[in-house]
Formats: sequence, C-alpha cells, structure tokens
Amino acid sequence: MNSILELEGLKKRYGSIWALNGIDLRVDEGEVLGLLGPNGSGKTTMLKLIAGLARPTDGRILINGQKPGPLSKAHTAMLPDVDHIYRWMTVRQAIDYVSSFYEDFDHDKARRLIELMNIEMDMKVGHLSRGMSERLKLVLTMSRNAELILLDEPLGGIDPTSRDKIVYAIATEYRWEHSAMIIATHLVRDIESLFDKVLFLKSGQIALYGSADELREKYNGSVEDIFKEVFA
Amino acid sequence: MTARSVFDESTPIYIQIMDMIKQRICAGQLSRGEKLPSVRDMAIELRVNPNTVQRAYQELEREEMVFTQRGMGTFVSKDKDKIDAVRKELASRLAQQFVDGMFSLGFAKEQIKHYVETYLENGHTTGPDGKERR
Repeated sequence: MNSILELEGLKKRYGSIWALNGIDLRVDEGEVLGLLGPNGSGKTTMLKLIAGLARPTDGRILINGQKPGPLSKAHTAMLPDVDHIYRWMTVRQAIDYVSSFYEDFDHDKARRLIELMNIEMDMKVGHLSRGMSERLKLVLTMSRNAELILLDEPLGGIDPTSRDKIVYAIATEYRWEHSAMIIATHLVRDIESLFDKVLFLKSGQIALYGSADELREKYNGSVEDIFKEVFA
Repeated sequence: MTARSVFDESTPIYIQIMDMIKQRICAGQLSRGEKLPSVRDMAIELRVNPNTVQRAYQELEREEMVFTQRGMGTFVSKDKDKIDAVRKELASRLAQQFVDGMFSLGFAKEQIKHYVETYLENGHTTGPDGKERR
C-alpha cells in the first residue's frame, strides 16, 4: 500500500504551550483516519501543519514524499473550521472562485454535491444559514480530486437529522482508491462507521491508535464508548 | 435515504456485514453463484469504509461462503451443502438467543415450548392467565 502521509516526531509550540508534542503517523492510500480528541487536544493544529498553513516547531511531514509547500498544497484539500468564503458572492460565484485556484477541481462533482445538499446556487453566501454554509464548505472541499483530504469538524453546525446526508456525501464522492482522508471530530458516533483507523489525541500526544474494528473488539464497545473512556 | 448507520457500532462492523450477507444468502435474497455488489457500492450503501467491506468479503471467502474471480468480482458460493450448514448455524444461534432470553425472564423449559407453540398457532402468544400478549 502506498503511503500518502508520513509524520515523524511532529511538534508545534505556541508560546509556552506544546500544541503537538511528538506525533508519528503513517496514512496509506484508501485510508480514512478519524482524528479524535476533545477541544484543545491539537486536532486543528495537526491538520493545519499537514495542510501547510502553519510550520512545525520540530519534526517532519511528507505528503507523497513531498514537504508541505506549493506542490503538496495542490494535492491537499482542507475543510477549515472557520468561514473562508466571501459573503458577498453567490454560491455559483464561490464555486467558480475556488475552482480557479485548483487544477483538480471537478465541476461535475460540485454540481452533484450541491444538488445532494440542497444548496441554492443563486443564494448569497452571506445569506446562507449556518448549516448551509457548512455544507457549502464541504462541497468546495470534496469537489477537489485531491490525494489528501482533511476535514476539520465536518459535522459542526449540522443538525443531527442532516448529519447522515453529510456522511452519505462523503461516502459517495470520496475517491477511495486514490486518496486518503483525515476527519477530525468530537461528534464520533455519527461518522465512526466511515473510519478504518482512529487516532485519539490527548494534550498533543497520541493516547491511542489503531484499526477501528480491532479497537471495538478489544474494548467491547463503539469508538464513541472508547472515546469517553480515554478522555474520562 | 435511510437513517444513519444500520450497525450497532459496539461490535466490529465487518462481522455485522458478514452476518448480514450470510442472512441474505440463507434467505435466498442472494442466490447461489450470484455476484455480490462491488466493495465500493456496498460501502456506499452501508456508509462504511470500503476496507471494512473488503475485510468482510475476505473473511466470508475464508469461510467458503463466497469466492472471488480475478477481475470479475465476488460471488456467492454454489455449494448447496455449505449454505445449508450455515443456515442451520444461523438457526441455532437464533434459537439460543431466544431461549437465553426466556430463561433470563425466569421461564422453564415447558413454558418456553408453550410460548413457541401458541405463537406458531396464533401469531401471538397467550400468557398463563389466558390474556393475549403481543
């Protein structure tokens, strides 16, 4: 199996706080990794470092053998946990705008996802509800045929009844054979069936890592149950 | 679109997928020699990771319930005896679950038989007091 992402002794310090303190990890092609931990455990920091949006204090990141930079960014799609789309644009304009930055943007996929998510193309981004704007962000991220997809809290701001739609969208439009995906979340139950590996992050360090099904067998419970146990 | 995951996430999902496929085969919803959905289609239908489906298919192949043909896909076994054996295995598992449940409610062997018989006769059971229980 080809590795898409490799982390070696990854560390990040903000002032006197170590947000990440020595992470070693390998993510292979076809893998969906659940990055799990409470607020402030380092999930977003880890995704930012991988996406090249921040520099590590120490350690190494390789994406398809490349250090984070313009080359790796062209193959990495990140769903950020902040709003990053101009509010005055319509959904249609936002799609055109974002797609102009990325060669791997797939317009057909974007159209399918917009329809699946019931987003109105001519709405202004600033007029979308919180949940709709979260959906749009997901559409813009998933529409790229990127090798590495990073989703930071894709279910944040999505009401429980709509979460299945998001999970369905991820399942149908993710190119399993050619990419790897990391999903950071604390809403474990709604999405845990998609994970094949899970990593529990605690104060910037790996508290537990393994195959989701093997952990279910070992702990005799769901990943959500294990989450509660690890972070109790 | 169905509700979210059909699985009980507290036990390994690949085992539940195996059980589901075995049930479909034994119930005749999947016939002998029939092609199973591709790993990807099954993964999308069930909202699970394809690696999980792959694992379930591999384990079913080890148990000789399915076989793979290179480049063609995965197929239900053509071996009638094998399928009958698994059907019996599923039946005794169901019987065990039922009987265990009845014992834990404090019923004795004869009473359990009575419940099964009346249920088979009437489609509902009658308690010892003669009142119908649904």
